[in-house]
Order: sequence, then C-alpha cells, then structure tokens
Amino acid sequence: MAEHRLTPPLSEDDVRAMRTGDVVYFTGTIWGIRDATYIAMYDRKRPSPVDLSGSVFLHVAPNVRKLPNGKYEPMTVGTTTSMRMDRFTEPSLRETGVRAIIGKGGLSEEASAALKSLGGVYLAIVGGAASVETEQVEAIENVYFEDLMPECLWEFRVRDFGPLTVAMDAHGASIYRDVAATAQERLASIYAKLGIT
Amino acid sequence: MCYLPIMMGAAINTDAFYDQLEELGKRLYIESQIDIPPDVRAAIDAAMERESSQVARGIVNTMLRAMAISDKKHTLVCQDTGFPIFFVTIGRGFLIDGARLIDALTRGIERATVDHPLRSSIVSPITRENRQTSTGDGIPVVHIEFSKEIDYIDLLMIPKGSGSENMSFLKMLSPSDGINGVKKFVMEMTVGAGGKPCPPTIVGVGIGGTSDLCTLLAKKASIRPLGERNPDPQIAALELELLEAINATGIGPMGLGGDTTALDVHIEAAWTHITCNPVAINFQCWRGERRRAKIYADGEYEFGY
Repeated sequence: MAEHRLTPPLSEDDVRAMRTGDVVYFTGTIWGIRDATYIAMYDRKRPSPVDLSGSVFLHVAPNVRKLPNGKYEPMTVGTTTSMRMDRFTEPSLRETGVRAIIGKGGLSEEASAALKSLGGVYLAIVGGAASVETEQVEAIENVYFEDLMPECLWEFRVRDFGPLTVAMDAHGASIYRDVAATAQERLASIYAKLGIT
Repeated sequence: MCYLPIMMGAAINTDAFYDQLEELGKRLYIESQIDIPPDVRAAIDAAMERESSQVARGIVNTMLRAMAISDKKHTLVCQDTGFPIFFVTIGRGFLIDGARLIDALTRGIERATVDHPLRSSIVSPITRENRQTSTGDGIPVVHIEFSKEIDYIDLLMIPKGSGSENMSFLKMLSPSDGINGVKKFVMEMTVGAGGKPCPPTIVGVGIGGTSDLCTLLAKKASIRPLGERNPDPQIAALELELLEAINATGIGPMGLGGDTTALDVHIEAAWTHITCNPVAINFQCWRGERRRAKIYADGEYEFGY
C-alpha cells in the first residue's frame, strides 16, 4: 500500500496512480462542500465563483466562529455522510473537474463508474474524529455562497490532512463493494451458527 | 366525592433548584461531546489490540488520536452535536415539577449551543428552519421515568449524531418468525448499514413491547455501559452470540473491513402481544457519548458516565 503526499490541484495521473488501500495526505487547499452548495451549483446552475478544476472536495459540516473582521475561525471541522450527496459525483467530476472527494460511508456503484470513466477517487476519512481534522485545518481562507450558511463553499488551507484511505479508486475498485461481498458470503455460515435456516 | 390519596412532602419548588438544573443540562450537553466514557475508551483500545487489517488499525488509531486531542484541548470529538436526548430517572422521595424540569433542561441546551458555541443541528421537518439553539418542538427529547431502586435523580445526556440515528430500524415480525427472525433482522440491518453508522458501533436491540416501546428499548440498549450484560441469562447469551456474529461479517471500522464491527451488542426486552414479535435496532457510533449527573436529596450532585 502506497502513501501519497500531494498538493492540489491534482492531475488525472495523480489520481490514476492511487489504488484502493493506499493512504493519502494533502497540504494546501481543499474545498468544503455539502448538500446546499451542491444543489445550488448543479441543480440551480449557480456558477462556481472559483475555478475548481483538479480540486479536492471534503463533505464537511463545520462548526465555525465569525470574527469581528468578517473572517471565519474553524471551531470543529468534521466530515459528514457522503451518500446523501452521491448523485452530484458525476456532474462535479464532469462539469467542474473535481479529482478527489473526501467523505465517510462511501458512494454508490454509479459513482464508482463515474470515478473510473472521468478519473476521480473517493477518499475515506474517519467519521466522528473531527478533533483530528480540526488540528489539520490551518485556516478558512475564503467562504463562498455565504447565504447558504453553514452549507457554504469553504476554502480550507490544510497541512498534512489525513490519513485518508483510497476507498474507491479511478480503476473501478471499491473497498465498500469488496467488504459487502465478503459479508454476504460469510452470512451463510454465520446463519448456520446462529441456527437460522 | 372521591379524593386521590396525595402524599404530602417537601415539593421541590425553588427557582434556585431549576436554575441549577439548567446549568447541569448545559454542562452535560457540552461535556458529553468532549469526554468519551472510560468503558468506550477501553473497548477502542481492545479493538486496536485485536485488529489484524492494516487499514482498520490505521482507522482505530485515528479514533484514539481524536480522543487524546479532545482531552488535551477540551474540544468536541465530533462536529455533529446531534439530537440532545435526556434520560431522567427520578428516585424515591423527590416531589419534582416535571414541566419545570423539562423547561430547565431545554434552556440548558439552548445556552450550551449559543454560549459555547455549538453547531445547532435541529430543524423543522417541514420547513427545515433552524432556530440555532439545538431545540425545537419535541427537542430536546426528555424521557422521564421513576425508580424505587435509587434515592437520587439520575440525569443522563446522550447527544446522538445523525450518521448512526439515520440507521435505525423497526420491524413487526410475526410470532412464527420466532427469535431466529429477530437474529436475522439484526444481521441484515447491520450488514446493510455498512460503514454509515460509524462502526465499530454499539448495537442496541429492542425485542418485544409495542412498536414505540420496542424502539425505546433499542435506544436504551445502545446507551448501556459496555461490558454490562442483560441480567436475564438467556438474553445475555443472545447478546454475546450476536456480537460474535456481527464481528464475523468483516465490515470493520468505518466499513472498510476488519475484525471489529461492533464494540458490543445490548438487548433490552419487554413482553409483547400474542400476535406480535417486534424488533428494533438503534446504533450508537464508536464514541458512545454519554454523560450523567446524580442529584441527591440534599442538593449535592456528582458527575459520571
């Protein structure tokens, strides 16, 4: 299992070099995004205020504090369940050029196909370990779509953000699919042991 | 004319008492999200010992780091402040104004959210309006029960995140499905939930009762301290049997494969109707957050888990 230490923006080659089980760390800019911003950008066609090609999306739900100078200070930055935003995977890769999505819980088979054809990866973070993430966020550089607070587009400056596990790679592999298949396979013998026919 | 026999005693009716209760509600909501219970820490340590997969060990190690950082910096472990839920058990001898108790706890939650500040995660189910106070109609959830076993008021707070609460299930099985139907449902739902409830989880199972009692039993089961077994030996055996079965699935920490899918399985049961066989599941995420205060008759109180 390889380790990748990268600074976004990412190229297609960067993500094609990743395989499931690899570990990734980012330093530089990553983008916090969730439900409301996705809906605004891809359903309501609100244009992105910044160029996001080669970018890294983080499915985030931050606690922040607004400072008197108008800047936001991160209080607790933590990652949310990705499946709610699954249907935006394909358009964010195709229309926006996103290369990596960080979240928890995994994405669907349709998303896996989009990652494969368009060249993207899904990176699993440890859900609920927000205190670790928060330490790795150096600053909130900018906030876009502020009217959607707290579900804005957050520009985070991060250092050694991770460890992130490549859970769905750009070659169609998915740890979630493998784990589910293993569990289904094992259920027969588990049921036999439990006395379930 | 008939009269109900009413016990005359010293009713708790001072503003000072309910003000103190508000303060306790506030502290419990904040502290529960910073300080993880010792039994949960021990179970995560044990998971680290047991895990053979490198990915799983990396994940469990991050969980340990998250708790260590929060201990040191006094920060939230998870960003999801969740549903605020109180389980209040009133022991012998307390004549307490239940309505004032609920008001005081609600104010405590609001103050914790505004003063700390915490993220308010509570919205109207119709308009999705957020009052930014972590409260709303019916929230905080306050369960009040009475017990003749204790001589204090037990105030237990569990902040419940949506990742795990969204993976809650109830099924009204048929009596002919028997206990095997219950086991199968638990296995199917646990495998189906995969990594979404933030495993390794504490799996709370409710068996019997009505539909509403069954789901409440599942919630209560999910907050029982780890390592405590149901006092009924048959149910205790079922807990251990299901724990082994769930961990044999290989779903593992965060659903990325491994030996620890559940930290424990707890079952609470009630008797049910001859034509019913309900089963409910409530997962608690790996942090198993809970914090309690015990309030004694002389006004003394102490914190615990």
